[in-house]
Amino acid sequence: MSKSANALMLVLTICLLGGTSAPSAAQQMAGRDATRPSAKLGLGRAATPEEITAWDTDVRPDGRGLPVGKGTVKQGDDLFQEKCASCHGEFGQGVGRWPVLAGGAGTLKADRPDKTVGSFWPDLSTVFDYIKRAMPYGNAQSLTNDEVYALTAYILSMNDIVKDETFELNEKNFTSIKMPNAAAFFEDDRETSEKHFWNKSPCMKDCRPAPKVTGRAMAIDVTPDGKSGPKVE
Amino acid sequence: MTDRTSTETLNRRRFLGAAGLAGAGAALSAIPALAGETAKSEALITDVQDWQRYLGDGVDKHPYGVPSKFERNVIRRDVPWLTASAESSVNFTPLHDLDGIITPSGLCFERHHGGVAEINPADHRLMINGLVDKPLVFTMDDIKRMPRVNKVYFLECAANSGMEWRGSQLNGCQFTHGMIHNVMYTGVPLKVLLDEAGLKPNAKWLMLEGADSAGMNRSLPIEKALNDVMIAFAMNGEALRPEQGYPLRAVIPGWEGNLWVKWLRRIEAGDQPWQTREETSKYTDLLADGNSRKHTFVMDAKSVVTNPSPQAPLKHKGRNVLSGLAWSGRGTVKRVDVSMDGGRNWQTARIDGPVLDKSVVRFYVDFDWNGQELMIQSRAIDSTGYVQPSKDDLRKVRGVNSIYHNNGIQTWLVRSGGETENVEIG
Repeated sequence: MSKSANALMLVLTICLLGGTSAPSAAQQMAGRDATRPSAKLGLGRAATPEEITAWDTDVRPDGRGLPVGKGTVKQGDDLFQEKCASCHGEFGQGVGRWPVLAGGAGTLKADRPDKTVGSFWPDLSTVFDYIKRAMPYGNAQSLTNDEVYALTAYILSMNDIVKDETFELNEKNFTSIKMPNAAAFFEDDRETSEKHFWNKSPCMKDCRPAPKVTGRAMAIDVTPDGKSGPKVE
Repeated sequence: MTDRTSTETLNRRRFLGAAGLAGAGAALSAIPALAGETAKSEALITDVQDWQRYLGDGVDKHPYGVPSKFERNVIRRDVPWLTASAESSVNFTPLHDLDGIITPSGLCFERHHGGVAEINPADHRLMINGLVDKPLVFTMDDIKRMPRVNKVYFLECAANSGMEWRGSQLNGCQFTHGMIHNVMYTGVPLKVLLDEAGLKPNAKWLMLEGADSAGMNRSLPIEKALNDVMIAFAMNGEALRPEQGYPLRAVIPGWEGNLWVKWLRRIEAGDQPWQTREETSKYTDLLADGNSRKHTFVMDAKSVVTNPSPQAPLKHKGRNVLSGLAWSGRGTVKRVDVSMDGGRNWQTARIDGPVLDKSVVRFYVDFDWNGQELMIQSRAIDSTGYVQPSKDDLRKVRGVNSIYHNNGIQTWLVRSGGETENVEIG
């Protein structure tokens, strides 16, 4: 067929479609809000159970997501010394600037609080979830479920939350462990506790007495190149 | 006088360095003449310069361009003592060297917990599972076939200014305020992806998870997820930078940066939050009474004067431009006030450029300076009527150990020589 014949066919087709009462597909698309499709796009494919198992390793405070497994404080101690102590210290005290995992009980109101798993963390599930997904640092997801149970048990022991060296943590007794600081967290309340920060007419003139300098960063001298400074998490 | 001398020496050294790089020693005679003085001729003008005589680079020299070599001081900087490891650390956007509202992609601050994951987009997968009708896996090609949106938003680290809770520590707005960037994102509304999987009625929270070695995971309330959350694959018109989550990241407008999960690989729907490490041990705010706020998602109204600031001292008497940034996670910035006398008196600054929802705005005060000492502050007011508080006002409610969400008013002391310091005033 010649090019002109093709063009003629196209014109005829458009005329025929235009003559019908049903709107064209193009007209339907144009009349729709593009950010809110009225029907599914049909993109993506079903995730297989094996794929979900491989990636969905998260654990919630109610124990949902805990795998079958077990580990004792003693087993955890051995593993910890082998895989964790080089950064976190033999007893979780932290080496250099690496995180402290144990101790600090009762320091949260102190001038310099010591926020550890034992003194601060509200949920044991977080310990399991985090070790399983992200530790050891630089070799993540290399631990078996039993190893994560054992390490979690050892961290509990270092924090005096379990006292017995033969204690075994498993998926059945996991949610019975209560963390010391669990009750000390509450939902963001800024809109009530800080409602005085909403102010229709903030002061513009003669708002305060003449200010005096009370602190200088230059005096502290820790802007890069400084060799010491406070720890920021 | 000593201060003035040292500032001038510093500036002169920097100037000499730049001139040396350019091979343009003649520029040394370029001492600006005061208005009204008899002007001396400058060799820069009377002599033919190299760049006027010789050919410059051809169009085949830089397939992907970089800034002028005279801008090589405009870089991200880190503070080595802040963290134990550079792979779980932060660096800072050079706010004092930037203008307008868009942060150049290569200068956007970085915050990683397990280094930068390097992922071939062909190998990247996004899974949606949990309380959905049909768990799904998407490729990047799938995501790029979905309806797109373009939005400008700020991303501020929850810990921005966190080192300043106890007082002035770091001398420069890059370090005190530089855990922020503001770019245009291109991506897909999260709602589009969730509609494909079909949320079950009891799905109240989502968990976002990264593909990096930290497996970054955070819980996100479903109302926010369905409102304005985006899954972005581009920033400032091109693919995300690797350090910003290439090939795919979450964009959670107005909320603390930690939720903006990079290298996003999985979204799980559930009926309650997961209480992950980054929402229990971290990103919870310890108050003076020993209790802690959690789920402090929104970044409150905040501002900072970027010029003058410690890294950008005043160099001239007479006419000057004060410039700064303001932002709010609760909406738009309605107004910015500036004080030159430590908060005794305020004037309303001029906002120039786009004023967008949950984006930074740029403000200016054009002023004359006669060399007197200044205590410069800025105060942002947002569309909800929230007024940026002083640091002391914040400390009264929170104490000094909450680490995150320090949006207190910053004070810069400009000394008579123009040298500028980070100070606290009382």
